[in-house]
Amino acid sequence: MTTTSLTKSRGAGRAGDKVFSGATLAAGCLILAVLFGVALFLVVQAFPALVASPDKIQGGQGFFAYIWPIVVGTLIAAVIALAIATPVAIGVALFISHFAPRGLASGLGYVIDLLAAIPSVVYGAWGAAFLAKEISPLYNWLADNMGWVPLFQGPASATGKTILTAGIVLAVMVLPIITSLTREIFLQTPKLHEEAALALGATRWEMIRMAVLPFGRAGIVSAVMLGLGRALGETMAVALVLSSGALTASLIQSGNQTIAAEIALNFPEASGLKVSTLIAAGLVLFVITLGVNMIARWIITRHKEFSGAN
Amino acid sequence: MSKRIDVKDLNVYYSKFLAVEDVNINIDPKSVTAFIGPSGCGKSTFLRTLNRMHEVIPGARVEGEVLLDGDNLYGPGVDPVTVRSQIGMVFQRPNPFPTMSIRDNVLAGVKLNNHKISKGEADALVERSLRGANLWNEVKDRLAKPGSGLSGGQQQRLCIARAIAVEPQVILMDEPCSALDPISTLAIEDLINDLKDQYTVVIVTHNMQQAARVSDKTAFFNIAGTGKPGKLIEYGETHTIFSNPSVKATEDYVSGRFG
Repeated sequence: MTTTSLTKSRGAGRAGDKVFSGATLAAGCLILAVLFGVALFLVVQAFPALVASPDKIQGGQGFFAYIWPIVVGTLIAAVIALAIATPVAIGVALFISHFAPRGLASGLGYVIDLLAAIPSVVYGAWGAAFLAKEISPLYNWLADNMGWVPLFQGPASATGKTILTAGIVLAVMVLPIITSLTREIFLQTPKLHEEAALALGATRWEMIRMAVLPFGRAGIVSAVMLGLGRALGETMAVALVLSSGALTASLIQSGNQTIAAEIALNFPEASGLKVSTLIAAGLVLFVITLGVNMIARWIITRHKEFSGAN
Repeated sequence: MSKRIDVKDLNVYYSKFLAVEDVNINIDPKSVTAFIGPSGCGKSTFLRTLNRMHEVIPGARVEGEVLLDGDNLYGPGVDPVTVRSQIGMVFQRPNPFPTMSIRDNVLAGVKLNNHKISKGEADALVERSLRGANLWNEVKDRLAKPGSGLSGGQQQRLCIARAIAVEPQVILMDEPCSALDPISTLAIEDLINDLKDQYTVVIVTHNMQQAARVSDKTAFFNIAGTGKPGKLIEYGETHTIFSNPSVKATEDYVSGRFG
């Protein structure tokens, strides 16, 4: 008798389970399919440029000679953006989560979130019309006093429309992303661990170093990677701010170019092999972003044992 | 290495709410003092005022004096950070730092107070502290492993090792066994017995048998009703409190008639 009552199952509940697991599986597969589709499109469309004879590619020296300066330019802009944005974002997030009085904290958090809502073209216009002009005296000073460092070799750009300006604009754009994410992580630090540090005689800053930052480590890396994703892919702001040119080591001269801006500026008038070349550039950007994300994953999992998740 | 605590006319407030009213108590050095009482009677709150950990909660403040060998913890110019490095604390739930190894957990407090410590000194201190917490034999082969991989009872003893590594004057324990099984509880109780040779120990517990087993003196806290402040009802030798209390409420509580 008991066996029959056990083998009977509630039909409706089981059906709900099946529908739900089916829906989640479909959603997961859809993501993979979209990713695969994009990759396939990029490879197929880029193929002509990759196999074309070198003299037919823009610049006349083949695809590799065309792509590597703008890859380096993209990375320079992204590195500048993250180098500026990461410490500021973590500082602001810590201030909001652990130092500011409650009223100020929520107001400040709101303002930071608003920064993310500004369209990138507005940032671009602000960078080109305002920041570039205001910052060019600084570039002149850098050229005069720090000119022996290749990064600050003069003569400085008169308009200020340099890769450094573009990097600063990108930094402002990725700041809200990193700040919001890290703030949420810092707020989730277990009270127990914070109190453990304080009870040992830690100051507030020492408590943050002992309990908050280690706990948030994986989250900080993820937040920075999301910011990096935006910095790598940002098109409009860079296209407006940067007066592009050949690859140059100096950050305060005009020159350099990023992949995204290169595609945006040239795509409307491109045809034939030129289109393939630009799509190939897009493929390279795709691969870079993928690589960056994989490295981030690796960094996060490397210390899994110590993550506090077990 | 152990000091006495004298509390004079202490009131504890959460903003405007009076949580604990008018506590006077003298805690002897090298003794174990237990705080018992029903939930919400303010014993944990009061315990936290003994090393100013209540200040972590926004709006919490005290009136009155807490004297550590005559020095007022709430005197002008006293830094709570210094207070806490002299009066250590063990919490209800084991809280080793999950991102640190067992060894680094023990050294966490020491590295704060004394930034330069040689490897040899550190090794000796780790062994001494873990031996002091009766944990050395269980973890000596895996000091580099994360502390969060230990069992609950081992984690709690690791927290005690971390607390004694900074050589405090007093160790406060806020229901240290409430998340542990009976065997681990026994291990902690044995440890408390050893600790009182060197330290002043104050322990909050819900378990009256535990209070009877480990403490020299017992303080009974109670509240008249919800929203009323907690008060220290009776304080005395543990065997007196449990066998011949002078207040009716104490007798009712320790005999299990309420609470």
